[in-house]
Amino acid sequence: MVRIVEKKRLNPTVTQIVVEHERIAKKAKAGQFIILRVDEKGERIPLTIADTDPEKHTVTIIFQIVGATTKKLNELNENDYIHDFVGPLGKPSEIEGLKKVCVIGGGVGCAIAYPTAKALHQQGSDVTTIVGFRNKDLLILEDEFKQVSDRFYIMSDDGSVGEKGVVTNALERLLEKETFDCVIAIGPLVMMKFVSLMTKKYNVKTVVSMNPIMIDGTGMCGGCRLSVGGKTKFACVDGPDFDGHEVDFDEAISRNTSYREFEKHAYEKTCALLNKEVQ
Amino acid sequence: MPNMSLKRVEMPVQNGKVRSGNIDEVALGYTEEMAVEEANRCLDCKHKPCMQGCPVSIHIPDFIREVREKNFEKAYGILKSTSSLPAVCGRVCPQENQCEKYCVRAIKGESVGIGRLERFVADWARENLKEEMTKPVTNGHKVAIVGAGPSGLTCAGDLAKLGYEVTVFEALHVAGGVLVYGIPEFRLPKAIVQHEIDALGKMGVHIECDSVIGRSETVDELFDEGFEAVFIGSGAGLPNFMGLEGENLKGVFSANEYLTRFNLMKAYQEDSDTPIYKAHKCVVVGGGNVAMDAARSARRLGAEVTIVYRRSMEELPARHEEVEHAMEEGIEFKLLTNPVKVIGEEGWISGVECVEMELGEEDASGRRRPIVKEGSNFIIDCDCMIMAIGTSPNPLLRSTTKGLETNPKGCLLVDEKGMTTREGVFAGGDAVSGAATVIQAMGAGKKCAASIHEYIQNKL
Repeated sequence: MVRIVEKKRLNPTVTQIVVEHERIAKKAKAGQFIILRVDEKGERIPLTIADTDPEKHTVTIIFQIVGATTKKLNELNENDYIHDFVGPLGKPSEIEGLKKVCVIGGGVGCAIAYPTAKALHQQGSDVTTIVGFRNKDLLILEDEFKQVSDRFYIMSDDGSVGEKGVVTNALERLLEKETFDCVIAIGPLVMMKFVSLMTKKYNVKTVVSMNPIMIDGTGMCGGCRLSVGGKTKFACVDGPDFDGHEVDFDEAISRNTSYREFEKHAYEKTCALLNKEVQ
Repeated sequence: MPNMSLKRVEMPVQNGKVRSGNIDEVALGYTEEMAVEEANRCLDCKHKPCMQGCPVSIHIPDFIREVREKNFEKAYGILKSTSSLPAVCGRVCPQENQCEKYCVRAIKGESVGIGRLERFVADWARENLKEEMTKPVTNGHKVAIVGAGPSGLTCAGDLAKLGYEVTVFEALHVAGGVLVYGIPEFRLPKAIVQHEIDALGKMGVHIECDSVIGRSETVDELFDEGFEAVFIGSGAGLPNFMGLEGENLKGVFSANEYLTRFNLMKAYQEDSDTPIYKAHKCVVVGGGNVAMDAARSARRLGAEVTIVYRRSMEELPARHEEVEHAMEEGIEFKLLTNPVKVIGEEGWISGVECVEMELGEEDASGRRRPIVKEGSNFIIDCDCMIMAIGTSPNPLLRSTTKGLETNPKGCLLVDEKGMTTREGVFAGGDAVSGAATVIQAMGAGKKCAASIHEYIQNKL
């Protein structure tokens, strides 16, 4: 059981939770994730570690309310407990030796892009950050990104914040006149797919952080398997970072819809249950 | 006068049609009368041949003698002196290849139902005895166990009895390993596993769940924290796939995933948050116990199930009893058949292309090698496929611990004492042998506990 020490709403559907966990706080590196289980009947879901404070023994996670479990998680408040909290899992991002990097975050993926940008900044890399959101209300971590980025661009679908357009618009402009040691893209699969297609054209190494369905997160089931360079890989132990030019995105996009019906049903049931409690 | 019946006392079971609609235990166990009657079939041989078949050397004729005399508490004491998990082993051991294989009564007729009697005694104790486990006096030495499966739990139990302060680190949120995520409720009720694990807790074994050694902490860090020896019992949990075209289509699962959802996450229950795919027509590939468990689980979720196995009935590695139960539950067996391709439609599996096989010469393992019948390709329509073709040791520990050598299959190398190539690090169970049986893992855990004791005492 881990205690929630802080809870903050970042935007209407995204929440930040800080929990106490000494071991993970000391051990976690950028790119790693945790698996949590809200309660006794809960499922196990993966969430990336957004930040840690080794001195205060705290771990930060940021999540979007998309279904039953994240809805339940969002119902918890400061001093409530999360039943299980396992980590750090996955391989840390390989950032050593990278001098000039473009970090791209899409939507709630920015919560995962942030620790990577921060780690790059801390090792002295030149960091360009592009973040993309649907609109102004969904913007998160703006100040945090500014602090760790040499250049920072915001894109929004409707132009209500930053520039109107998608992250690849900003990326293409940059790639036309300069090059990067690496582009690191984290966000929806479709976004990562289009970033990878673009960087392939410019022949720039690209790393994507994959987000398949997971159960154990320790390599024992293969629920999170992906095709990378024609080979099957388990994202939880071989990743979650992979070479964007090698990943079969269409297969990954398809596999992530496996339980759509069940998820919809579970979400509606949870909402109904929570509403009943409120009444 | 012993009971000279050639047949063993039959064990009552749930009716096949009824039970394929529930997840309750299939085999119901002996009553006291049945147990005493079966115990009377034991001839109490002086040379105790049965014992050589038991990896943890249970004093078999001794406990059966106490059953015969209705001294069930005494019988339980004898079981517990060598086995940490008798209620589990009595249910899941392949006794026909172990203790019962060497039973004198098996020369003419059926062997004594040793497993059934073990199960009876353990169940009787759970229902009738209030176990007054006392924590042994500590000897001040700390040992870390990686993995709370059968080998780790056995090793922990034996070391705790000797006074060691034992911490078991378990990656999942519940202890038990394959006993909780792999073997289904209808074969091994989880409450029984929990009861045996609780007994270890009362003996002072500390179990820390949600700890993935290799990630949360490394083996080296465990030594830094003052553990004087480490036992690795991390099992062989990495599922094998065949590398077939279409294997990553939706609706194709490893048996580990399917069974983890079913057993550990209790996805068969309406109020579980974990989804499970409810197939209409399911193909299970493989012929071991895991294949039987996956098939019978899918059946309980309403699927028509076909088991596809590349050899014939004779070579099926699953326990005979499980195969029989699967058949009674309406599971179809397609033998001498092997999948070659998974066919899909809009991202979902719609069928499996298979070939027929015939058996050729014996291979190195003594089993006849299956050979493809050219041009025999045919398609089985299905909306789900579960791969149960074996597992390998997880690479996480060996890749994060310096000096741990493995064989080409990724199994940890150990000496005759169970010590790995790293001093003070011992290993046993599937992590060393590759996927094997619960009782073999327990035997290895037991042996390593003795070695660890010797190792620490010699260092003093």
